[in-house]
Amino acid sequence: MHTQINHLLALWGQLPDLLRTLIWIVIITIGVILCVAFLTLWERKVIGWMQLRRGPNRVRILGMLPGLGQPFADVFKLLSKEVVVPSGSNKFLFRLAPVLALVPALAAWAVIPLSPALVVSKANAGLLYLLALSSMGVYGIILAGWAANSKYAFLGAMRSAAQMVAYEIAMGFALVGVLMASGSMSLGAIVRHQEGGVFAWNWLWLFPMLVVYFIAGVAETNRAPFDVAEGESEIVAGFHVEYSGIAFALFFLAEYANMILISALTAVLFFGGWLSPVAGYPLIGHTFLGDPSFFWLGLKVFVFLFLFLWFRATFPRYRYDQIMRLGWKALIPVTLVWIGVEMVMAAVHIGPWARPWFH
Amino acid sequence: MLALILFYIFATFLVAGALGVITARNPVYSALFLVFSFINSAAIWLLIEAEFLAIVLVLVYVGAVMVLFLFVVMMLDINLAELRRGFTRFAWLGWLTALAVIVEITAVVWRHGLGAIDVSRGFAAEPANYSNTLELGKVLYTRYAYPFELAAVLLVVALVAAIALTLRHRPGLKSQDASRQVAVRAEDRLRIVKMPAEKRS
Repeated sequence: MHTQINHLLALWGQLPDLLRTLIWIVIITIGVILCVAFLTLWERKVIGWMQLRRGPNRVRILGMLPGLGQPFADVFKLLSKEVVVPSGSNKFLFRLAPVLALVPALAAWAVIPLSPALVVSKANAGLLYLLALSSMGVYGIILAGWAANSKYAFLGAMRSAAQMVAYEIAMGFALVGVLMASGSMSLGAIVRHQEGGVFAWNWLWLFPMLVVYFIAGVAETNRAPFDVAEGESEIVAGFHVEYSGIAFALFFLAEYANMILISALTAVLFFGGWLSPVAGYPLIGHTFLGDPSFFWLGLKVFVFLFLFLWFRATFPRYRYDQIMRLGWKALIPVTLVWIGVEMVMAAVHIGPWARPWFH
Repeated sequence: MLALILFYIFATFLVAGALGVITARNPVYSALFLVFSFINSAAIWLLIEAEFLAIVLVLVYVGAVMVLFLFVVMMLDINLAELRRGFTRFAWLGWLTALAVIVEITAVVWRHGLGAIDVSRGFAAEPANYSNTLELGKVLYTRYAYPFELAAVLLVVALVAAIALTLRHRPGLKSQDASRQVAVRAEDRLRIVKMPAEKRS
């Protein structure tokens, strides 16, 4: 057994770089898709518990855990349904739109550092790459709304486009704040520059940026309370009202993949990514818990994903003009002021700016 | 070799996309072709290791400008006959513009030659830790600090002008003031009346 593993490792080392990268891409993509599947189940369970219901509890896998098979049942149901293409719709763009929504959501994972050793691309401009990709996700939504030749879908697309353009600015400024505190656009370097325990992570010195970033992230993914793009009570289901079967599932997949991405980014940018909060502590600091690893990133991502679900179960939906007001008149000024504060902190060398890399 | 093949693929797509922009009947298709061209030119920039320019092109033009373009174009009432009617009348203007651009480009190439940038031999690849973004930032904030600031001021002036042109205060306009709505408290609107229970007769 041991020799076989060694043999496999040796084989892995001999593979050309391109092939290894391709294999990692496939593994990460499948991993994200599986996470999305169980996230949908977890969401329904959590919201169920918050509303004193049980949530899905019928489909089991191997007779274990009621509800565990629900995501797979949903997927097979959607796969076996017909994809109805409405008459009068733009057939080509109608089919292209779900793909355009999904591709940026998956491509962004290329630069996320999953563990100290594991990242598909160590791009220097990782942060910029992420911003560019998240701004491309809006195409899937507006094309879906326009191509469907439906007024409800179109209204949803318009709302979504305006909302995403507005919140992208606040998000970009929050990322500028992170950039100033880390001195690098490579996500691996951003994590490494946060080394030194919980209070060295960016969340403390960039707290307003963290709040703005997460709110903008919720708005970017069109999640409650900012889900006016699909506000059921007003425009039926918004931009994907005409989509059925697996085409609808692709939009669903993109939305949830984006949620996981925003959570992962919050963890990486503000909470030290794969760094351990208990490193150097007596007793537990010397076990695997003290080492930086994927375990800690996963745990942090899980916490932020829970926040997404919690928001959805708790907050009523924003009115559209109030979303715009919050984005332009509250979040952007907050980030601008804090960038000024960071300039002062950098000038007097406190917080992250007292670290050796800054000099 | 691989870079060369990729360059020709992206360049072909770029030219095809640019042709699509001007030949497509539907303005939405034109806008999408333009997005396609932008992405391909970004890819070409990536090939010469100008990753900052490439990503910013996608971020600014594809992510923001073209989204707003599509936003407007999709709401247009597309009447093809109307669009085609002006074609012959304004064609000379288009030709003139194209000619001017060609003359300008030729003049620049003629004047400076390609001596400074020898494209025939390619260029040495930068080391792995070279950051395009960092280098651009250094130049932009030291050597070209004043032109950079000037551009920023110009943009702010344009922004203020655009807002000033569209901001109008008509008397009798009924609009909602979100700040006042948010600041409302229950006591302002709700009067709780204490009423003793009626005696049963």
